Amino acid sequence: MDARSYHRPELVCPAGTPAALRTAVDAGADAVYCGLQNETNARNFPGLNFTPAEVKQSLAYARARNAKLLLAINTFPPAGKFAMWRDAIDHAAAIGVDAAIVADIGVADYAARTHPDLRLHLSVQAGASSPEAIRFYCESFGIRRVVLPRMLTVAEIAELHSQIPCEIEAFVFGNIGMMAEGRCSLTNYVTGTSTNMQGVCSPAGSVQYEEDAAHNLTARLGGYVIDRFGCDESAGYTTICKGRYACGARDDAYYAFEEPVSLNLSALLPDLMRAGVTALKIEGRQRSRAYVKSVVAAFRGAVDDIMAGRDAAFTSLLALTEGGRETEGAFPSKRWR
Amino acid sequence: MVQELLQQQASELTLGPVLFNWAPERWRDFYFRIADEAPLTTVYLGEAICFKRAPLFDDFLDAVAERLVASGKTVVRSTLSEVMSKQERQLVADVCADPAVMVEANDGSALSHLRGRPHHVGPFMNVYNERTMAVLARGGAGVICVPPEMPKEAIAALCADAAELGVAIETQVFGRLPLALSARCYHARAHDRHKDSCQFVCNEDPDGMTLRTLDNQPFLAINGIQTLSYDYLNLVGELQDLETRGVHRFRLSPHNCDMVEVATTFRDVLDRRIEISEATRRLAALDIDAPFSNGFYHGKAGHSWN
Repeated sequence: MDARSYHRPELVCPAGTPAALRTAVDAGADAVYCGLQNETNARNFPGLNFTPAEVKQSLAYARARNAKLLLAINTFPPAGKFAMWRDAIDHAAAIGVDAAIVADIGVADYAARTHPDLRLHLSVQAGASSPEAIRFYCESFGIRRVVLPRMLTVAEIAELHSQIPCEIEAFVFGNIGMMAEGRCSLTNYVTGTSTNMQGVCSPAGSVQYEEDAAHNLTARLGGYVIDRFGCDESAGYTTICKGRYACGARDDAYYAFEEPVSLNLSALLPDLMRAGVTALKIEGRQRSRAYVKSVVAAFRGAVDDIMAGRDAAFTSLLALTEGGRETEGAFPSKRWR
Repeated sequence: MVQELLQQQASELTLGPVLFNWAPERWRDFYFRIADEAPLTTVYLGEAICFKRAPLFDDFLDAVAERLVASGKTVVRSTLSEVMSKQERQLVADVCADPAVMVEANDGSALSHLRGRPHHVGPFMNVYNERTMAVLARGGAGVICVPPEMPKEAIAALCADAAELGVAIETQVFGRLPLALSARCYHARAHDRHKDSCQFVCNEDPDGMTLRTLDNQPFLAINGIQTLSYDYLNLVGELQDLETRGVHRFRLSPHNCDMVEVATTFRDVLDRRIEISEATRRLAALDIDAPFSNGFYHGKAGHSWN
């Protein structure tokens, strides 16, 4: 392969804490993304995220090492509570982050009108999956980059690239939610806290585990059994869309939406880079520093290998995937659908 | 004073699009009866879930629309909720092509087609706050149906700004709650097929396919790429509260039960002809194999009954 046919992509890495941010930068991230400690971001989990002061300090750390900091303000403010999101955007502009990642039309409009110099990326939570939808956001709010939903094939991404006026960021590794982002209220249906309005998805604090005499482990969320693990199975991070259920069409319980697998597109990196993807995104703000270090370092090496015309040598990332199982999801073919 | 005027405004009942894959003749006959007998002002028409189903109803679309209009109802065309492939994009473009046709946008691609002309915004769009509403109103949105997970306080806050923007707020008050969309077809998956080779297996489940938990508790309903609640939303007891908060458009989502009876019951409550207890009795007598819920409206878990 000819290395000249590639643009050097930006490696965008998760940071749940300032320590994880430093780890990601040190491991070779071109950009890190993080959120504030409130409902304005889609990973509003206990013990995660940044104060505005920490964002400012982290930005200095990243800048000194030639890395960018992106602030996710990517949930949907309910009417009457817009001020929290307005403040987050004002913080992002005042601190001078490299971009704010937004999903809500009102938040995007506020940012574009109030802080025209603040670079805006469209979050995957906006669910913009067609050229027309993406152009709507670009034309309305000056969006500079779209984070694509994890539902397009590489061929579809390549075609999309020529039809939109902004950069493309695509997920390459990590947890793969089965529902279209920004369009799922399963957690709210079960627990009374909203993914879109509060940034909460299958909150760990609401999952209860019960072990029976035979050591089967039952996972319940808000009173509903969402999975049961035999003593020979490992119980992973359980979400509604990765649980097992029964239906009339099948004799046995099955993963009605998706099995507990993680996305791993390492083998498709050259294809994604040729398709015009500007930025490669690693999911996992809720993951440990050790995880962040291993994954970021592996992808740093792979991107550098490809740019130098070498085959990318991945040390096995499999051990880091959910339940030790990985998938290329929607990206290789339409048969995933 | 303004509040009093708002409360005096006549409330309208509307019918959302049929979300399920019904046999085309049955689909036609359902709408014919709705046209002739149901006390509704607006009927949303068209495929919102799967582009593959849309051609199945094409032969009857004009006849259904004509019958509805002849009976004094306003017809609004609904667009797909998830748009990504060429066929999906084309379907949305086709629905939006005639500027004389009123369309409800259910995704951003439809918004891009409809910007600059009067249109509706559907419940699959994320309109959660005043600022989003204002942006869409500037683009021509005159009616906005809010996401079903909106609690009453947020609905009221939205309504406080809506009139000034010339926007009418609509809320779903009956039927299974649309909870999630996916690129993957879960009907096909349950039958070990792919979306491309589904053989329209979703037509076996006129109200969706029930998913049960491992404890055999009914939980969710699958409708192709869509996941709905197993419960049926029922806000008949909250209609008056909704009116007080400024909502005057109430959407019924069609099901396999007697929807004329549902519409008549809600209309009778809006017109203060019957008590809530009588309405509840009538709705409980419907052929529905699931409990009612109203949790989202009260800021609680959606499946709960308050």
